[in-house]
Amino acid sequence: MSKRRKFLKQSALYTTATIMGARVVFAENLPKGMKYIGLSEDIPGKHPDMIVLNDRPINMETPAHLLNDALTPNDRFFVRNNGLPPSKVDPATWQLEISGESAKQTKNYSLEDLKTKFEQVSYQITLECGGNGRKEYNPPAKGNQWGTGAVGCAKWTGVRLRDVLQDVGVKSNAVYIGYYGADIHLSGDPNKDPISRGVPISKAMEAESMIAWAMNDEDIPLLNGYPLRLVFGGYPASCSGKWLEKIVIRDKVHDGQKMTGSSYRVPCHPVAPGAKVPDENMCIIEEMPVKSLITYPMTGATIKLSQRLPIQGHAWTSADQIKRVEYSIDFGSSWKACQISSATNRFAWQQFKAEIIFPERGYYEVWARATDSDGRTQPMILPGWNPKGYLNNACHRIAIKVS
Amino acid sequence: MPQQPDEYSLLNALMSLIYLLLGVIIIALGYLTMGDMIDWQTAQKRYTHEELQALTEDRKALREQSRSEEWDRIENGIHVNTGLKAGKHLDIVISSCTSCHSAKLITQNRASRAGWKQMIDWMQETQGLQDLGRSEGKILDYLAAHYAPTHVGRRQNLDVDAIKWYVLELEGDE
Repeated sequence: MSKRRKFLKQSALYTTATIMGARVVFAENLPKGMKYIGLSEDIPGKHPDMIVLNDRPINMETPAHLLNDALTPNDRFFVRNNGLPPSKVDPATWQLEISGESAKQTKNYSLEDLKTKFEQVSYQITLECGGNGRKEYNPPAKGNQWGTGAVGCAKWTGVRLRDVLQDVGVKSNAVYIGYYGADIHLSGDPNKDPISRGVPISKAMEAESMIAWAMNDEDIPLLNGYPLRLVFGGYPASCSGKWLEKIVIRDKVHDGQKMTGSSYRVPCHPVAPGAKVPDENMCIIEEMPVKSLITYPMTGATIKLSQRLPIQGHAWTSADQIKRVEYSIDFGSSWKACQISSATNRFAWQQFKAEIIFPERGYYEVWARATDSDGRTQPMILPGWNPKGYLNNACHRIAIKVS
Repeated sequence: MPQQPDEYSLLNALMSLIYLLLGVIIIALGYLTMGDMIDWQTAQKRYTHEELQALTEDRKALREQSRSEEWDRIENGIHVNTGLKAGKHLDIVISSCTSCHSAKLITQNRASRAGWKQMIDWMQETQGLQDLGRSEGKILDYLAAHYAPTHVGRRQNLDVDAIKWYVLELEGDE
């Protein structure tokens, strides 16, 4: 905790009245299970050490060392909002509409309908923002300058999207599904959607593609989509629509907000850093690349030469599974294998650990790189530059001093 | 024949021209050999001491003015004479740094304020640079603002300065 934050915390004890008297955005909408942390600079329901990149709309990432749990606690799960979360959420009256040109009918479901009419499933699914790691790109890309923490893995509970789609009836010409949420455009204009993305119909039909109402056996936090959201593993998290009110089955690629132009797209063919790429040469990001994160220890650890350093972390991929995680303490000259756990299901991140012996005193960086079952490995330098700064899966690095 | 008188007058004109040229050459030779004496005789004017001093100062001021106009010229944000970027305290940087070394030593380098300070310290410790007094802060402000590190390459160093180092408590082996 920073000294500034500590000071704020301590002074907060003496000025509770002021803080409670201040206007707290969304405070009246806090759903059950969300705690308000009594500091005006903190975001309700989220850990005070989360890094807030933007407060309108709220965008916050998780420092690597706070992601050490196998399942990311709800208060530590990153937030990437495009608009304002709905101000009033009543789960009793919430409706999900399924329609669209490739739907055989338009049908509405209450939360109760979803919970009773379909098989309930739980999957551990990693969600990562397409722009995670954008901060490192050069020339820089505009947008939230995500470091390493726009990623988390939770146990999601809900129903399979395909079960619901099939209950409605999917025409054979279906190409894509698109979502609409109850979030509000920053302008306040009810006719504008902050974001309306989706996935190809083949992805929607996968067993792990879900409509979820619970996150780690609790209500989904308001900022993460309460009371209902989509969850697609292995795709940019922006595909996993929050505050889910409507799904459209499309006979063409969905053309909602942030599906078109250059949003969540990368050059169809590799380009030189800084290149100008016309929209028609930008292709929609589908699968996210293989990646890993060292979550223990926090960067900056000093240890003695006589000590072994345990490291821990997670690795994830859009492929079937992680095959290998290695670490290097000599700037990538040599790599040693980590122990890895097997995944409970596809798109769950897998844990790795190792014990490091350092040969002499000095400054070290511990680098980790994962390789997936498709044989793809993380690069040590940045992957190909792209105008919007997506898909940075360069290996994670922490600094260690041995004295 | 109508051409006849014309040919004679042409000959006459040529002869006159030759005599004229001969005269000019003689006068020029005379001037070259005796010019100094003529000059001294005709141009000598007696100045008072005050007049001489005033003349000298006028010329000095004129020379400095024209020199400084050229010297301070800035084009497209660049000080033409040194290649340094225009900005606050540029004058102090020029007078403190470029009397000993090329401005290129600045323009080709990039460093944080701390990095530029280290270079000044090194020049003081090993290159005979004197204490810069109150100018040092201003010079560092200028250098840090205009010659800061740019993010180049495919991967930056970890920000070691920003890391909060801590002792990691480990169980067991000690």
